[in-house]
Amino acid sequence: MAETKYAYFCGCSLEGTAKEYDDSMRVVMKALGAELVEPDDWSCCGSSPAHTVDYDLASALAARNLAIVEKMGLPTITTPCPSCLIGFKKANRAMANEVFKKGVNELIDEPYNCSVEAKSSLQVIYEDIGLEAIASRVTHILPDLKVAPYYGCILNRPPELAHFDDPENPIAMDRILSTLGVDVRDFVFKTECCGAAFGVPKRKMVNELTYKVLSMALDAGANCIVVACPLCQQNLDLRQGQVNSLMGSNFNIPVLYFTQVMGLAYGHSPKELGIDKIFVSADHLIGRVTKEEYEKQKAQEAAAKKAPKAKATEETKTEET
Amino acid sequence: MRVGVFICHCGSNIAGTIDVAKVAAETRKIPGVAFATNYMYTCSEPGQKEITDAIAREHLDRIVVAACSPRMHENTFRKTIEKAGLNRYFLEMANIREHISWIGLDKELNTNKAIEEVAMAVSKAMQDKPLFSSSFKVNKRVVVIGGGVAGMQAALDCADGGLEVVMVEKSPAIGGMMARLDKTFPTIDCSICILGPKMVDVAQHDKIKLYAYSEIEEIKGYVGNYQIKIRKKAAYVDWTKCTGCGLCMEKCPTKNAYDYFNFGAAPTRAINIPFPQAIPKKAKIDPKYCRQFTKGKCGVCAKVCPTGAINYEQQDEIVTEDVGAIVVATGYGLLDQERLPEYGGGRYPDAITGIQYERILNASGPTSGHIIRPSDHEEPKTVVFVSCAGSRDKSVGVPYCSNFCCMYIAKQAILTKDHIPDSQSYVFYMDIRAPGKGYDEFTRRAQEEYGAKYIRGRVSRIYPKGKKMIVQGADTLLGTTVEVEADLVVLATAAIAADGAPQMAEKLHISYDTFGFYVESHPKLRPVETNTSGVFLAGACQGLKDIPASVTQGSAAAAKVLSLFSKDMLESDPAIAQVNNNACVGCLKCVKTCPFGAIVEDKLRDGRTVAKVIETVCAGCGVCTSTCPCGAIQLQHFTDNQLLAEVSTICQM
Amino acid sequence: MDTINLTEKTDWAFIEQVKKKSGENPSLCYQCGNCTAGCPYTQYFDYPVSMVMRLLQAGQKDTILNSKAIWLCATCETCTTRCPCEVDVALIMEALRIIARREGRVSEKDIKLFNDSFLDSIKQYGRMFEMGILLGYKLRSGHLMGDAELGPPMMSKGKIHLIPKKIKGADEVAKIFTRFQEKAKQKVKKHG
Repeated sequence: MAETKYAYFCGCSLEGTAKEYDDSMRVVMKALGAELVEPDDWSCCGSSPAHTVDYDLASALAARNLAIVEKMGLPTITTPCPSCLIGFKKANRAMANEVFKKGVNELIDEPYNCSVEAKSSLQVIYEDIGLEAIASRVTHILPDLKVAPYYGCILNRPPELAHFDDPENPIAMDRILSTLGVDVRDFVFKTECCGAAFGVPKRKMVNELTYKVLSMALDAGANCIVVACPLCQQNLDLRQGQVNSLMGSNFNIPVLYFTQVMGLAYGHSPKELGIDKIFVSADHLIGRVTKEEYEKQKAQEAAAKKAPKAKATEETKTEET
Repeated sequence: MRVGVFICHCGSNIAGTIDVAKVAAETRKIPGVAFATNYMYTCSEPGQKEITDAIAREHLDRIVVAACSPRMHENTFRKTIEKAGLNRYFLEMANIREHISWIGLDKELNTNKAIEEVAMAVSKAMQDKPLFSSSFKVNKRVVVIGGGVAGMQAALDCADGGLEVVMVEKSPAIGGMMARLDKTFPTIDCSICILGPKMVDVAQHDKIKLYAYSEIEEIKGYVGNYQIKIRKKAAYVDWTKCTGCGLCMEKCPTKNAYDYFNFGAAPTRAINIPFPQAIPKKAKIDPKYCRQFTKGKCGVCAKVCPTGAINYEQQDEIVTEDVGAIVVATGYGLLDQERLPEYGGGRYPDAITGIQYERILNASGPTSGHIIRPSDHEEPKTVVFVSCAGSRDKSVGVPYCSNFCCMYIAKQAILTKDHIPDSQSYVFYMDIRAPGKGYDEFTRRAQEEYGAKYIRGRVSRIYPKGKKMIVQGADTLLGTTVEVEADLVVLATAAIAADGAPQMAEKLHISYDTFGFYVESHPKLRPVETNTSGVFLAGACQGLKDIPASVTQGSAAAAKVLSLFSKDMLESDPAIAQVNNNACVGCLKCVKTCPFGAIVEDKLRDGRTVAKVIETVCAGCGVCTSTCPCGAIQLQHFTDNQLLAEVSTICQM
Repeated sequence: MDTINLTEKTDWAFIEQVKKKSGENPSLCYQCGNCTAGCPYTQYFDYPVSMVMRLLQAGQKDTILNSKAIWLCATCETCTTRCPCEVDVALIMEALRIIARREGRVSEKDIKLFNDSFLDSIKQYGRMFEMGILLGYKLRSGHLMGDAELGPPMMSKGKIHLIPKKIKGADEVAKIFTRFQEKAKQKVKKHG
């Protein structure tokens, strides 16, 4: 069931390098009728670096924000960034242990009482709001897109922490995009790691891993990758040029956020959705027609096909499959 | 009353943590105890002689043995005291081993508790009344549930032993899993060639009555006297008229029915004969796919059938068979590929299961024995076998080893090389389990003579890339990830309990474990018996095993049945419920609570309604005794007074 | 590889330490190699992850804590998701990483430098100041020219801020770090 108000934690990346994800997420959530409230004066969740120091530090950084949401009286915190999401979920899991919880609460000013559930924004849109509501807002069809939905490695794994979709073959984005009328390809590398937070210190390694994901997308017949993670988007988009230089490839695959595609289907302008902010341009793929236009086109095509066919099937056939 | 108490040391099992001499000393102080002693091994011959001598010498009339669980030796000691002239039910056992000495190490606490347990047993013994068995006739017919190799062996041995056998098989033909195999390890014998004659024997044996395409509907009764209701499922074909010519199957327009025999390796017709050597060789219609049933119009098979055997109006039929024993040989099932999402979850046509590959290898299978890729029907050159697809995997809920996959993979690798000489097989394994005669040598043969490459490591993922299937596994011996570009991937999916096993167990009143396999009386010493008299197990339903082990258990179960039937009369257990008609008010609450349906309403000659226990059905559980509001029905040997006496004793200690 | 005298060189205390820290039991691992098979980073590790598990079972503390593998693990959770024995392998790798860092054993200096820059930024501003982190990392690591070509387009698209945004509660966040460090010092004093 969809709540009408969600505590929305956009996270540090969405303020900077992933600004277009935040812009498009807000547009889409508004269109779907969900109110997003930012926790007042939220701080960085710590992400991967905090986890290399110790569990209680990582939990404390996350718990400071969860405590703010608790004070707001909201039961759910939703975030578009899987890394922040995992930080919150791991804090909740670890703090179920009373001794650990006490220790973490000693590090933060406002104690946290483990009452806030962390859900990814994709999950809120897919499960809480639902495909019917998503379909009802569609005004435009994007006929040129052939997308490979890429979920990244931690959005749905491990299943006992993520509690969302299938860990081997997630379909939330596939379904959402299909509902919008987009051509979704069967992409086998949906959950393969692209290199995560090693982009800066281990660039070459990240480029090599990203190369595999990009190649597989092409293999699947896609001309665009759709993501739900700012780090994945960065590795696949910002660094696509680096991948090409290192691996001798010539990829030119735009990487869009699923909310950007949704926003386009809902008739919003590319500028509103930050389409101009991505490195590998998607301009040639985001041409769209209105739903009515599209349906008219399809009807005309179907009629054209039937005419010559009708002549060929004059001879009756026996009961055939 | 003169009670004799015998406290066993059980070597150091009991004496190690209980001061048995002290227990004996304290017990002697109890009024009514005429004699108390401790002995090293009471169940041994000299130990038993101690008891019989003491009974004679000390004129004992009730006996308490404080030792192991009554499940171990109650019968032994009952026979002992009977030999000494006492009624068998004058024996009580105090379990001071499983309940005390095997639980804690504190000698003082244990000794005190043992003294209390023995005192309780003494109080109960003093109220024991003599009980006498009655005899009942045995119906020397046996039903064998399941027509696989274990069931067939059991049926043949029983029939050859002179018994009448009823065999019930739920699929349209007998043969079970073995009939589906191409060749068998380690001899590479053709499976149906060695099984066929057995199948024919079963069909033609004058003492075996075969109900194929039938299921057990209901089982009533008790050992020696079961009434079994069997549901003969509607095949929509009159099997008395069907000659198995197969014309209907040829002409049926529906070509996409699920083929149960081939485990979906290829589709079949809506009306079909499962395989060419099927016994009985009769056709059956699958109403889920048949157009006559789903759309209301077709009728092609009825038109072409030369004997007019098709009958769309056919109904299920219930028949009853009376038997004296039941042999359960219901076999096993296979894990659905859907449960293995990292291997495609069944979505990739070129990732198939072991049994599907077996059907493809089989010359009478859907591809006439040509190994082809399901996707494009091309011949594969690189075949990858994945062991433990689901087995030994806690996360899938199958922590155990499936017993025979290592062996059949080696066999399939050998056969692949035979069929396609320029092919290369890879086998990913964690361990090789090959314990039987010639088994290990067989797996070595696959590697040494047939060039199969065995890679030690599990497969993490399988995904399609172009026309190939990429198998991503590990070689832990090399210490690295390895990838193989396969044309065909064969998954050795875990073997699990047969479909419907728990429901069958409920009908039989036998136990089953967490995985659905039936529980034997004793895992080491009584593998084909259950704790329910008259019901025996054979084959994989008791625990996964290969063909020779299944055949062995089939014969073993038959031997048990034959020995059960070696007498004309069986003795009933007298420790059952009994109604005191004077106290019974006829509320009939016991009738409703009895889990075995052993109590019925009865009218006395003076018109009063009372409850009546059917002696042979009562299992002695005691639920009625605790239900009865006026204590009219009492479980003999465990009466309310006896239990209260035990409570009284312990409260006063 | 040298002969390992297991009688003398198995660090039992280390195994217990990792068990306690991670809450996982390494004995559950039956060395099937599924984790290694699925790990996208195996080719970069000096010891594939199943071998790290084996080294842990054998109590080889030094080899593990000096390895690169524990630093290059991205916690992508592939191993944990697929482990048939339900061992949270990624969590064990994390525990090893934490222990290594505490003991000052860092075989992948750049990764630690990046993490430190990141955490310093949070300590100072309460949020990630990307420019600051990058500059801090470049200066500390000496990799001055890395990703230089990304700078101009990032700026022109407004994706990178030149001025840090400091939240009101930045000192609250800084306090988290100080309190944590205090606690850590106390623990060392207590347990030596």
